[in-house]
Amino acid sequence: MAPPLPSLRGIDRSDRIYRRVLTTFALALPLLILIILGVLLVSALPAITAFGPSFLWTSTWDPVAEVYGAAPMIFGTLASSLLALLIAVPLALSVAIFLTEFSPRWLRQPVAFLVELLAAIPSVVYGTWGIFVLIPFLRGHVVPPLKAVFGWTPFLQGVFYGNSLLAGGIILAIMIVPYIAAVSREVLLAVPISQREAALAMGATRWEAVRSAVLPYGRAGLIGAIILGLGRALGETMAVTMVIGNRHDISVSLLQPAYTMAAAIANEFSEATTHMYQSALFEVGLILFVITVVVNAIARILIWRVARGAAVGSKAL
Amino acid sequence: MTVLVIILSFTAVLALVLILGNLIAKGASSIDWAFFTKSPVPAGQSGGGVANAIAGTVIVVGLAALIGVPIGVGAGMYLAEYGAGRLGFLVRFVADVLNGTPSIVIGIVGWTFIVKPSGHFSALAGSVALAILMIPMLARTTEEMVRLVPHSLREAALALGYPRWRTSLKIVARTALGGIVTGCLVGIARVAGETAPLLFTALGNLNFTLSVGQPMQTLSLQIYVYATGPFDEWHRLAWASALVLMGLVLVISLAARWVTRQRYGSVR
Repeated sequence: MAPPLPSLRGIDRSDRIYRRVLTTFALALPLLILIILGVLLVSALPAITAFGPSFLWTSTWDPVAEVYGAAPMIFGTLASSLLALLIAVPLALSVAIFLTEFSPRWLRQPVAFLVELLAAIPSVVYGTWGIFVLIPFLRGHVVPPLKAVFGWTPFLQGVFYGNSLLAGGIILAIMIVPYIAAVSREVLLAVPISQREAALAMGATRWEAVRSAVLPYGRAGLIGAIILGLGRALGETMAVTMVIGNRHDISVSLLQPAYTMAAAIANEFSEATTHMYQSALFEVGLILFVITVVVNAIARILIWRVARGAAVGSKAL
Repeated sequence: MTVLVIILSFTAVLALVLILGNLIAKGASSIDWAFFTKSPVPAGQSGGGVANAIAGTVIVVGLAALIGVPIGVGAGMYLAEYGAGRLGFLVRFVADVLNGTPSIVIGIVGWTFIVKPSGHFSALAGSVALAILMIPMLARTTEEMVRLVPHSLREAALALGYPRWRTSLKIVARTALGGIVTGCLVGIARVAGETAPLLFTALGNLNFTLSVGQPMQTLSLQIYVYATGPFDEWHRLAWASALVLMGLVLVISLAARWVTRQRYGSVR
């Protein structure tokens, strides 16, 4: 009997070369993340050694005296992202639920396409829209009535000039709706039909079926989708930089200017003439990178638990 | 509750319609022949165009695709063909995590690696930064598309005595080609609108240049400068540039859908 063909025994030399070439490409990804982390660490080292952990909770940012603390940016990043989530989550989950559970078939494709389109709009275009449309609208039609009713709360203190935490949060919300919606939709599509049928057979209305069967089944994935949106919001740069006001200050008032880590880097990196100034900005970048990596890793693990291994929502990412 | 869900969904869609409507309403009137053919004039004067930024966008993004597509698609092929083991899991996870990395961070890493050692800003540095953004995206979409290829095709080729590498390239990758091209186009569309990674790499340039060793303007950088600047004339140009950029991204995205429809129609 003739010996089996080399290709079937998997010992063909060109096969091994092919595999090696592909492996090299694949290794580029872990290498890339190591390079990013390495560059950030090395460049941030002077600031880390100079300011220690207090960099995280002091608010002085004085390039002249060479004293830096990132607390206002960390606060602003978290505050604007949480505000964005508060606005975006109900909208995005509604879109996902509507598309998978209630929408007539003919409407699904167009609405899904429109939401996808929203994800394709460049950040800087959102920023432009924010400056010239959103902020004047907020100033004219949203903030005055809000202040009239809730003006006594600490969240609406001070004069509203436009660039503010509120504007940043709203822009971020509009930007992350498509991401959360797209991933949530895939998660809901992965919920077996039998779950819905069981609930409906028990006499549940369609909404009750969604609430009692579909949402609990996909809970981990939906939380993952929301955290993924959070990751986006934390790292978003241009649109936020253009509308948030860029002031090193901590204020709980939504009407006051704030700052985010990404915005600080975008704004100040080219002005950072001294070594320590630059290093402080790299440390801000490092903090931002670590936070987003952790947030994304958590989101991925949650999503994988629902739809194992599939690149859920990758179309939107 | 059902009604509330429907109302909220339409609010989200309304936001998109509003933004696109504003873009067209405020941008379209400023788009004329000079807008595409002239470079910017000094601040305060009227007229001028964004020819430099349009050429720059094409060059920076094109070069990014040249760097990013082979690596991204190669990594994706690895994941689909050999990605069952530990390394596959690691690469997949890293790709997903990198997908969420803030683009501004990629920007300062690109600055450290290319701009700082070479001593000057350049379009090439911008392209590398954009390529880094593309690679994880392409790896994941390529993997998905290649996985859709039926196993029977692969087995048929191997049964005919084809080596694995030829099976992989000539049969599997060829069958998935439409999907892979779609993935690449979507990735390109996504980075074409990026600004943050270019701020400290390509930097921007008021003059028309085709040299990748020089600082180069892109539409996104131009919009940022014009929209945040003090002049009405600049704001007008910012809207027009935003409309053009949005149009460019849209055309690439639509082309991506069209490619898939063409190719997959014949396979299924």
